[in-house]
Amino acid sequence: MLPTLGGRIQTRLILLAVVGGVVTLIIGPLLPISAPLSVVYQDTFVILAAVAVLGIGWECLYHFGMQWRWEKDWPTLFGLATAIPEGLLVWLLLKAGAIPGISGTVPAAAFVIDFALVWLAVWLVANGPMRVPFIRWRFHGGRLV
Amino acid sequence: MTDQPDRAQPETVQRRRPAADDAGAVAVAATPHGAAPGSGDLTDELLRSDQWTDEMVRAAGIPVTDIPFLTIGGGIGSFVTVDYLRIAGVSTDRIAVLSNLDFAWQTYEYLTRVSQIPRPERIRSDSASRPDNIWGFPSYALAEAVGERTFAPLWQVLIEPIWADYYTPKAGRVFAGLERESQRISWSQMLVKGQVRMVRKRQGGGYFVILTPMAGSAPTKRLAYRAEFVHLAVGYPGLRFLPELQEFRTAHQDFHHVVSAYEEHEHVYEAARTKHLVVMLRGGGIVASRVLARLMDDRAKYGLSTEIVHLFRTYISSSHGPNAWNRRKGAHGFAYQGFNYPKSVWGGQLKARVRRLEGDDRGKAYKLMGGTNTPYRRRWQAQMQEGRDAGWYRTMAGTVEQMRLDQGKIISVVKTQTGMVEVAADFVVDCTGLEADIAEHRVLADLLEHSGAARNPLGRLDVERTFELRGSGSGPGVMYASGATTLGGYFPGVDTFLGLQVAAQEIADDLARRGFCRRIGTFRSITQWLRWARDQQP
Repeated sequence: MLPTLGGRIQTRLILLAVVGGVVTLIIGPLLPISAPLSVVYQDTFVILAAVAVLGIGWECLYHFGMQWRWEKDWPTLFGLATAIPEGLLVWLLLKAGAIPGISGTVPAAAFVIDFALVWLAVWLVANGPMRVPFIRWRFHGGRLV
Repeated sequence: MTDQPDRAQPETVQRRRPAADDAGAVAVAATPHGAAPGSGDLTDELLRSDQWTDEMVRAAGIPVTDIPFLTIGGGIGSFVTVDYLRIAGVSTDRIAVLSNLDFAWQTYEYLTRVSQIPRPERIRSDSASRPDNIWGFPSYALAEAVGERTFAPLWQVLIEPIWADYYTPKAGRVFAGLERESQRISWSQMLVKGQVRMVRKRQGGGYFVILTPMAGSAPTKRLAYRAEFVHLAVGYPGLRFLPELQEFRTAHQDFHHVVSAYEEHEHVYEAARTKHLVVMLRGGGIVASRVLARLMDDRAKYGLSTEIVHLFRTYISSSHGPNAWNRRKGAHGFAYQGFNYPKSVWGGQLKARVRRLEGDDRGKAYKLMGGTNTPYRRRWQAQMQEGRDAGWYRTMAGTVEQMRLDQGKIISVVKTQTGMVEVAADFVVDCTGLEADIAEHRVLADLLEHSGAARNPLGRLDVERTFELRGSGSGPGVMYASGATTLGGYFPGVDTFLGLQVAAQEIADDLARRGFCRRIGTFRSITQWLRWARDQQP
């Protein structure tokens, strides 16, 4: 990845919305949550939104950290490994009840599966297929507009 | 290149002959058969005039062919630009490629081969920089993983560059891909063989391009092409030697013991296999690394005792840079950088930054990222360390004041920090590079003199962000330039695969704005990628 700050944020938001949205829709019924589907969708989409909103802050942090790299690139593995701190933060906020719009409690297993699958799907798309429909995206630091 | 690539080398690709009745070939092949009366060569009036009229060219007896878009060079730069246009829907009868090459990667393959990157070895280029695929997907790593049925390349691109060297493709894979794409876009149908002599503006709009066709292939000495859009991608004007090496070669007429890594020099490695040799290397870039790697590999493979003295003009001993945010690694003489430029020039921070800079500021930005460098490869590091420990690999910092012959050995008098040192060597290999002034290229010198072209802060062709050659517009017609001749502009990574594609994209988008072709949008991009995947023509 060769992101600019604006590009990182745009890519994050758009991919979470589209790819994240599709994945969440598909895995909703398959998650180990004993709650009606509407509640499952409510919770998972709120988590998705939380990851997006918090993600803006994280991207600023990554951008800052990237400045120490001569190449000013964001290594592929970093994009995957940052799932851990980001996931942890969302989980802690969930447990503390600090995320508005969550109904009931989200079991740990369900959260991990949901978060991991969305993250993996977004990461896979960003590191390959994204270049097919959007030929200017990678030359614009990740900006789509 | 001022010297032609070695014609004796075996053909690396089957040449496709365009069918005589092929619509795509008609517009370009017609000229030799429709010769007009007259001298057929450039007249005084033509040479003097900045702008040509149709009558002037007719009076000279030079046959004219109309073609909406033509590209000069026919190498990788022309290839990726034409590739973009074909994918944007431009048919082959609207494009001509004027070149003295038989296939687009001819010069590139020759240069990589002699500078010790033969087909089985890896070049210095990113996994997603595919000149044969504008999307960069599937990447070379993915293609290699699938082709060789191994996870290793995928694992490498996952953990690069922290826990593994940057993945780079093998030269052979790159050339095979280029050959496939070349056939897919019908490159040979658009190709016109010959040497371009000059480009001049046409009164009324557009340009005249004068081509000297291959001897005997046309009744006149020159052919003229009238085009609305012209693209220049002529590459490096030629080889340049270090002055003291040039002097030595000329004075002693010795082209055997002092060689450039960019010319055929296999005899050095052959000699190394027969006796103890001392080889002096000049330069600290990728070519020096490759030549060194070859010497070290041969040493290990054949049990040789070759000694290597490596002279650096600028000796980098550790991380260097003005502040913590601009520090590049280095050690033992070399500066380390994954690729030819800091990676973010190909789409990230540095690209965005330089795009906004003008004049001096831009010059300074280039200087900051400049300086010869080479990739850090673990295997090379291990070999060099072994050489340093055992004493057969020595590095020095300094410049050569003079060179002389003494009992069959070349003595270089090196000015170092600690004084003058004499170094005796059997061979001196100059790995310092292809840099030469753009005015040494006839076509470019002519553009500077007659067509309003100007120089940028680094002395090369001044181009816009769209790669339009500034100052040389002609009516609705426009001239573009990309590649090595434009280094110093708003985009820093010009003389690279991906850099040429970035330029091609800008040019294609600009041409779309001017109505020459369609803009490649999302839908077209997806359908064209599917055609690429199925090896169907665009």
